[in-house]
Amino acid sequence: MITRLEGADKVTGRARYAADVRLPGLLHAHIVRSPYPHARIRHIDASRAERLPGVHAVLSSANSPSIPWHDASSLFDRTVRYIGDEVAAVAADSDELAADAARLIDVQYEALAFDLVGEAREPKAEARGDVARGLREADVVLEATYRTQTALHNALEPHGCTALWHGDQLTVYESTQGIFAVRDEVAEKLGLAAQNVRIITEHMGGGFGAKQIAWKHTVIAALLAQRTGRPVQLALDRASENLAAGNRNATEQRLRLGAKRDGTLSAIDARIRVEAGAYSVGGEDSDVIGTYLTLYRCANVRAEQRSLRTNAGPAVAFRAPGYAEGNFALESAIDELAARLGIDALELRLRNYATRDQREDKPYTAPESLRRCITRVAAACEWRHQRPGLGFAAHDWAAGGGWPPAEAEVEFAHGAARVIVGVQDVGTGSRTALAQLAAAELGIGVERVQVELGDTQPGLYGPTSAGSATLATLGPVVQEAARLAKKSGHARAQRGENPKGKSIRTCGAQAVELAVDRDTGEVTVKRVIAAHDCGRIVNPLLQSSQVIGGITQALGYALSEKRIVDARLGDVLNANLEEYKLPTVADIPEIVNASESMPDAEANATGVKGCGEPPIIPTAAAIANAIYSATGVRIRELPITREKLIR
Amino acid sequence: MTPLRVNGEHVELDVEPRRTLLDALRADLGLTGAKKACDMGNCGACTVLLDGEAVYSCLVLAVDCVARAVTTIEGLGEGGKLHRLQEAFIAADAFQCGFCTPGQLMALAALFERVARPSDAQIMRALSGNLCRCGAYQHILRAAHMARDR
Repeated sequence: MITRLEGADKVTGRARYAADVRLPGLLHAHIVRSPYPHARIRHIDASRAERLPGVHAVLSSANSPSIPWHDASSLFDRTVRYIGDEVAAVAADSDELAADAARLIDVQYEALAFDLVGEAREPKAEARGDVARGLREADVVLEATYRTQTALHNALEPHGCTALWHGDQLTVYESTQGIFAVRDEVAEKLGLAAQNVRIITEHMGGGFGAKQIAWKHTVIAALLAQRTGRPVQLALDRASENLAAGNRNATEQRLRLGAKRDGTLSAIDARIRVEAGAYSVGGEDSDVIGTYLTLYRCANVRAEQRSLRTNAGPAVAFRAPGYAEGNFALESAIDELAARLGIDALELRLRNYATRDQREDKPYTAPESLRRCITRVAAACEWRHQRPGLGFAAHDWAAGGGWPPAEAEVEFAHGAARVIVGVQDVGTGSRTALAQLAAAELGIGVERVQVELGDTQPGLYGPTSAGSATLATLGPVVQEAARLAKKSGHARAQRGENPKGKSIRTCGAQAVELAVDRDTGEVTVKRVIAAHDCGRIVNPLLQSSQVIGGITQALGYALSEKRIVDARLGDVLNANLEEYKLPTVADIPEIVNASESMPDAEANATGVKGCGEPPIIPTAAAIANAIYSATGVRIRELPITREKLIR
Repeated sequence: MTPLRVNGEHVELDVEPRRTLLDALRADLGLTGAKKACDMGNCGACTVLLDGEAVYSCLVLAVDCVARAVTTIEGLGEGGKLHRLQEAFIAADAFQCGFCTPGQLMALAALFERVARPSDAQIMRALSGNLCRCGAYQHILRAAHMARDR
């Protein structure tokens, strides 16, 4: 069993995260945020803060460049659009002093009307066939509306960085999923050449999508460091993390599914509203319609989603963005449809799952992997239809196949190798898996491979850790560079194209066994059984970590997590880790990972696909379906709380 | 000045009365293993041992630690060797991002210091104040059981 290469660093406290960097003269920064959901700033007086001993710089719209930011706003905009929007920033000798100074900045606001509901904007819509006809020709039509909540990433490491300048060279130790994305964005915002910005991410404490873009704090820290001539550390506090660092968008999904007596799907109609928050920050990637277009074979489909702009914190990608939300609705609805048709819920899925990508009109590289996942889960849970408390869901995920561009360099001498890549290990184990692929190619032990990553300096481009793509993107490149270096001692390789005529996806299935206390509504999840197609499994131990991690997060999404916004004030009422209910060690069931290695030779030369996001996708629907099976009560809204069950 | 022992060494801290033990460890002593994740006693990432007992160091003032013994993750192993809990965490892959790991380990270390062979329920209780957003709990429990049963 090969364990994580950085294991010893992580269990000894040696692993260095962005806010662990210690430098001489280090200043600490704090951001002042809007207390209003919508307001115009009339006046900012920072003089009291600036006079406080130990305060080195204050930045606001009064004294800093107007740098264009998302939509038509700017870095410190004179209009604030949600509670938590950035207004000013302070750098001081200590964290406590920076917070003191932030409180001394006098900001006069003119409160404006705000909107927490939002108006629907132009839809993103896709269609095929004739949905009206498909519904007319159906023997059974299921019509239902499902809702999902706004969920918060709450990675334990807050967003943050340490920024320092050497002349016109900026170095930032950043907690990010995308060192190159941050480099390019920061360079653009500051008017620097990209090669004058270096981003380093040695280790990072969780992102789950919320750290896949460059946020304002990085540019703010860089500006403060420039102004003071000292290194500046800026880590968000937990409240800011919950207000202003992204979220999984809430959805309302109105569905109509039509089916023939024999279970053939004749129509899928999905009309979806998505709460996007105050800005389009980029990186939302919430493709809620995706799974409606691809998971099941159906000639007549119409799926549309409309974004709602509101005066609340902006949405950003969150592990399988759009698919976790869409799957809850679709897989709940399929279960309801199965009951109406009198067909076994698992059988209905086996009759309808798609073997081609109907969106791209191409066959999948692994068309039968979903069937294999479904049957493995069915066997492991001894599936029996209508066994009380047993629920099932399948899923697909448009990503996981990786893509170009990406580069890798391998040096090989004296039976030892050095692998250099421009990605970051966000905790998924990229470092270890890439070392294993190189070691296998070179015919040496993994302990003889050193992987250097998380630094833009070597200039080897690596993609953002998103779309469960890192290993499938970099794996083939590292393997190829290792193959070449075995002969020459030193080689670089580039990521090749994916196969043209085929579509690469990932998919899987899960079953949930649970019990519901009929008096209190308490749901006790006893067991979750999962099988996911992630191609060839390079490291079974680390793959199982992804599976248990995704399912554990999904338990929170299904049962306890919800951002609560006060409808009259626009404030987030649970912007902390006590009242935003993450799963604890006491909440987890037994998680059985029934995944098998299914090398996908057509996808790439390593046969690898991703496994980061898929495990979070089907759990919520499987739980809702299990609750229905246990109680006969269908809950169509997440999270499934005791209150909803008792009502 | 605040005299205390940190990982067996005598140190003198010159800090404001409001400075937490966590900030003192991280900013004044450069011991960054304990993490600042919530700064209000909700997550456990800052857990250290104070006179052998697991505490949230963000809820302890540094000046209240006069003459007391603090053990951080940096002081967990002995003589350059990993503690059996640390070895078990690596073997069971009881972490992903690793940010909560020092806190999880110190919470367990306090228990293992007190009870040589803790029960499953005692292990669960010791870990119940430590969040892991990556969701590694199942592997964390496995690691704790491995360390106990070794």
